[in-house]
Amino acid sequence: FAGGGVGGGNDFQWCFSQVKGAIDEDVAEADIISTVEFNYSGELLATGDKGGRVVIFQREQESKNRPLSRGEYNVYSTFQSHEPEFDYLKSLEIEEKINKIRWLPQQNAAHFLLSTNDKTIKLWKISERDKRAEGYNLKDEDGRLRDPFRITTLRVPVLMPMDLMVEASPRRIFANAHTYHINSISVNSDHETYLSADDLRINLWHLEITDRSFNIVDIKPANMEELTEVITAAECHPHQCNVFVYSSSKGTIRLCDMRAAALCDRHSKFFEEPEDPSSRSFFSEIISSISDVKFSHSGRYMMTRDYLSVKVWDLNMENRPVETYQVHEYLRSKLCSLYENDCIFDKFECCWNGSDSAIMTGSYNNFFRMFDRNTRRDITLEASRENSKPRAMLKPRKVCTGGKRKKDEISVDSLDFNKKILHTAWHPKENVIAVAATNNLYIFQDKIN
Amino acid sequence: MSNETEIANQAMEEATTEEQQEMQDKVVSPEKAEEAKLKARYPHLGTKPGGSDLLRKRLQKGQKYFDSGDYNMAKAKMKNKQLPSATAEKTEITGDHIPTPQDLPQRKPSLVASKLAV
Repeated sequence: FAGGGVGGGNDFQWCFSQVKGAIDEDVAEADIISTVEFNYSGELLATGDKGGRVVIFQREQESKNRPLSRGEYNVYSTFQSHEPEFDYLKSLEIEEKINKIRWLPQQNAAHFLLSTNDKTIKLWKISERDKRAEGYNLKDEDGRLRDPFRITTLRVPVLMPMDLMVEASPRRIFANAHTYHINSISVNSDHETYLSADDLRINLWHLEITDRSFNIVDIKPANMEELTEVITAAECHPHQCNVFVYSSSKGTIRLCDMRAAALCDRHSKFFEEPEDPSSRSFFSEIISSISDVKFSHSGRYMMTRDYLSVKVWDLNMENRPVETYQVHEYLRSKLCSLYENDCIFDKFECCWNGSDSAIMTGSYNNFFRMFDRNTRRDITLEASRENSKPRAMLKPRKVCTGGKRKKDEISVDSLDFNKKILHTAWHPKENVIAVAATNNLYIFQDKIN
Repeated sequence: MSNETEIANQAMEEATTEEQQEMQDKVVSPEKAEEAKLKARYPHLGTKPGGSDLLRKRLQKGQKYFDSGDYNMAKAKMKNKQLPSATAEKTEITGDHIPTPQDLPQRKPSLVASKLAV
């Protein structure tokens, strides 16, 4: 079906809206986007890159004067969040790459977000300034101090409008709490605490306190030779502030309740899909490693992404997922080369739409996939400059697995494995999506929207 | 259900399971075929891929090794010789190679703004 849609039972049609970033072929390592996140209202869209920089886009208000820039995202603020460091004691190089950005719910005029690299989490305040005080007594308009003895009258400074300035300032720095590399941060529904997870440990922080954090999960074995699995992702439950989940490199998910104990080494629920032992291979464990876990907005389900599939789990059922979607099953017969070129270790993320009726995840060749949970329809789309005419509708793509390749199909061997879509985000309320394709950020909108 | 029907059903079930087993033996899963390919290329590959080795490699990301003694000895040896010209491709610094200041990748933060912000 041409231009077929996904989501909510209606035929939605995804159209190109915007693309950000350089066009040139030579991609600087620092420009590779490493995280994408909408804020709670969807008004702001943040990206982090390997160079430690954050760029925040803001959606333009729809106005009658400028109908063509309806809902476009434009640069709002940009700053250097993290810088490369070297831990001399451990002889460890610390990358400035932003692993994750998470927004805090908005409580006043300013916006707050958490950004993290491998070792340090920072709380950033982004605020607007559109007024400036003029008529100071002790200094001139250009800031020079006036001679106090020459002042004969007093005046009250007046607030005058000025060009909008958006300032980002680091308000808290949460450092030195992780021996291993941070893979996740998640803001709790109590809006006071958040968790950070590395390969072996999960810590709970209070947003106001930087010199202390509680360790709530520790899976480090006494003898590192006995290490069998690592933590790959973690997230707080969207409504129950005492519940969180973490996934492992063995394809399991543990749900923990912080009311049960101070140290949540014993899970409350353990989610694992039974495996057929006869089908086990060298690759089984590697491809079962979960690269992302996300709760549904409803809080009733969670979704996990492993190398070849996306699974939806009902929190009330631990023994198997309720839905499984194949992302790129055709790669199963390419695992050998994918292991050799390290692609098998790529960490894809996944996301829900606002109503939890659809899910999205990335693939190779700048393809990304969407699944409608109600109709069970799926679609493959491509983020490419070739489809970048304003409001151009995206054509569904298809990968050919068999011998006969139809026109417009692409064969598995022609896929570009360097063009990976690891990070995608869905607007919390509307059918607007952000897709990171290496150094470019694509924004697509539903036509009806 | 009558006894006869039960027995007939059972026999049918067994027959199909046997057929299935035969099919499985003939058709190697694509995953197992890929495994055979990998083992053919790397015969020394261990049987526990997800185990300690792989995980420990992951945990050690970013580890750099440097011995000041080795470095100074190498510098002294090279004193009178021409330094070899830098190779076009940056090779990863491993334990065998003694890093020199020229080899180390630039770790300064990017002073250039993100191209997304243009």
